[in-house]
Amino acid sequence: MLIADNLTYAIGTYKLVNQLSFHIRTGELVVLLGANGAGKSSLLRLLSGDKKASAGSLLLAGKDIGQYSKAQLALKRSVLAQQNVVNVAFRVEDLVMMGRYPHFQNKPSAHDLEVLEAVMAHTGLDRLADRSYLTLSGGEQQRAQLARVLAQIWDVPGALLLMDEPVAGLDIQYQQQTMAIAKQLSKKGFTVVAVLHDINLAAQYGDRVIMLKNGRKWYDGTPIEVLKPRQIFEIFEIDVTTFTNPYTLKPFIIARDTLL
Amino acid sequence: MIKPWLLYLLLSGGLFTALLLSLSIGALPIPPDQIWKIFCEKLGCDTGNGIHLQQAAILWSVRFPRTVLGLLVGASLGVAGAAIQGIFRNPLAEPGLIGISAGASLMAVLIIGLELTLFAGLSNLLGYYLLGIGAFCGAALSAFVVYHMSKSDGRPDVGTMLLAGIAINALAGSLTGLITYMADDQQLRNITFWMLGSLGGATWQTVSALLPFVLFPLLLLPRLGKSLNTFALGEMQSDHLGIDVNRIKTQVVILATMAVGASVAVSGIIGFVGLLVPHMVRLMAGVDNRTLVPASALLGALTLTLADLLCRTVIAPMELPIGVITSLLGTPVFLYILMKEKKKHSL
Repeated sequence: MLIADNLTYAIGTYKLVNQLSFHIRTGELVVLLGANGAGKSSLLRLLSGDKKASAGSLLLAGKDIGQYSKAQLALKRSVLAQQNVVNVAFRVEDLVMMGRYPHFQNKPSAHDLEVLEAVMAHTGLDRLADRSYLTLSGGEQQRAQLARVLAQIWDVPGALLLMDEPVAGLDIQYQQQTMAIAKQLSKKGFTVVAVLHDINLAAQYGDRVIMLKNGRKWYDGTPIEVLKPRQIFEIFEIDVTTFTNPYTLKPFIIARDTLL
Repeated sequence: MIKPWLLYLLLSGGLFTALLLSLSIGALPIPPDQIWKIFCEKLGCDTGNGIHLQQAAILWSVRFPRTVLGLLVGASLGVAGAAIQGIFRNPLAEPGLIGISAGASLMAVLIIGLELTLFAGLSNLLGYYLLGIGAFCGAALSAFVVYHMSKSDGRPDVGTMLLAGIAINALAGSLTGLITYMADDQQLRNITFWMLGSLGGATWQTVSALLPFVLFPLLLLPRLGKSLNTFALGEMQSDHLGIDVNRIKTQVVILATMAVGASVAVSGIIGFVGLLVPHMVRLMAGVDNRTLVPASALLGALTLTLADLLCRTVIAPMELPIGVITSLLGTPVFLYILMKEKKKHSL
């Protein structure tokens, strides 16, 4: 689905993303972890096609990502941005429908309306459909944005979903639900790449975790392979203890007190 | 909130009524059935009984072009206002606030003030179109300057845009003042016309000078509704939905500048229509730009037709400048909307 080869993104001489190579398969949920400034968001902007690589190549579904037009990309991948500021009082349903804009010219087809209904139900927004976006809570707003992004690729088999810190500022229930939705999508054959800050969420939901530092890939593998105390120390410079979550058999990480 | 089709129906009905009133009310009243007969006569049908020749002359060469001009200018200001608010993601943006009108009127005043000396050659060449083209260039220049000054990191910043607009407005205002100071009596009269706005000079020639400039904006801007909706999500989000953000911005700035620049050229500065009309549509039918932009054209036309009717009847046989009427009635409405929005946000 996504093949990066020596992918590099530099501003001046400073390399934000430095010679990354990886292969992400269709249906994988990949979590990007790393300290602030490690290059996660820059990598995501390369994967979304926002930025052009300074060197190296990136293939999306076998074709260089630069070869796609904006309209073609919109039918292949959708992006949940980190910050969504909307100050216009759209109805929630109308906002979610914007995700279908790449699929129709003037009027949404019956199929677009079906997708809308399915996405609204799937994200639990159906009861808020008529509300103004501005009257929603922060969590509900983020949920509506997620629904919009899902609507964009809902009926595109094997499409790519990119999420930049999708759970930032959400309560624990919304965090879990958001990641569960992402996980479920990946099981249906979508490819999901998410930037997360919460190591335990990464361990719980990631099929695969890539840890970045200074723009380079340091560790890449299953949560059990990657999330080891020594490796976490190398990336984040904190002491942690890991357990095995008895219910999921995934690693469970707690930080030890930091001595200043 | 009412459904789009109902809104269109109401606005079209209102506009039709306003146009009919505008054609029939005046120093010499022309009843609607006479208007109908005169039209039929002009189209070459035989209406049988005779029509009043004086009425026909006034209708055809005075009232009809003036009404059509009001319709076109109002529709242009409304549609440009809605589109500008869309790309700047700010409901308080307005062609006037970002310097388009000031640039247009500066150029117009410049041409009036220096006509006899500098522009004589051009004036012979371009004739009646000179003012239109000049005002359009002024509008385009100031829009270009403000737009580029407001860009940071490739994105127009709203705060900078408004400040740059204020600066350009002040600059154009002071230059206009300078020319006004040097102008003779006849020029002064013409300049006052620009500053306050009027449809009084309307002839078929004016209408035909305006039409090519406003036709494209009126036809093309309503088609950008979907793109303008995605702008509200943010430019990056809009880009992710496959919209060519920079192309849309450029299109809107060019089309809005054409519409407003040419309108100012034939009618002077008519304030507040571009700002208020889209707000009134939002109050009636919501924020969806697919309805907002075309409905703003209809409501703009309706508003200006009524405003013009008002300004030529309240102190008849004298006329009030139309810009005075729109600002006088527009300001309280604007303040009301402002207070209402404030209350909504503080809740």
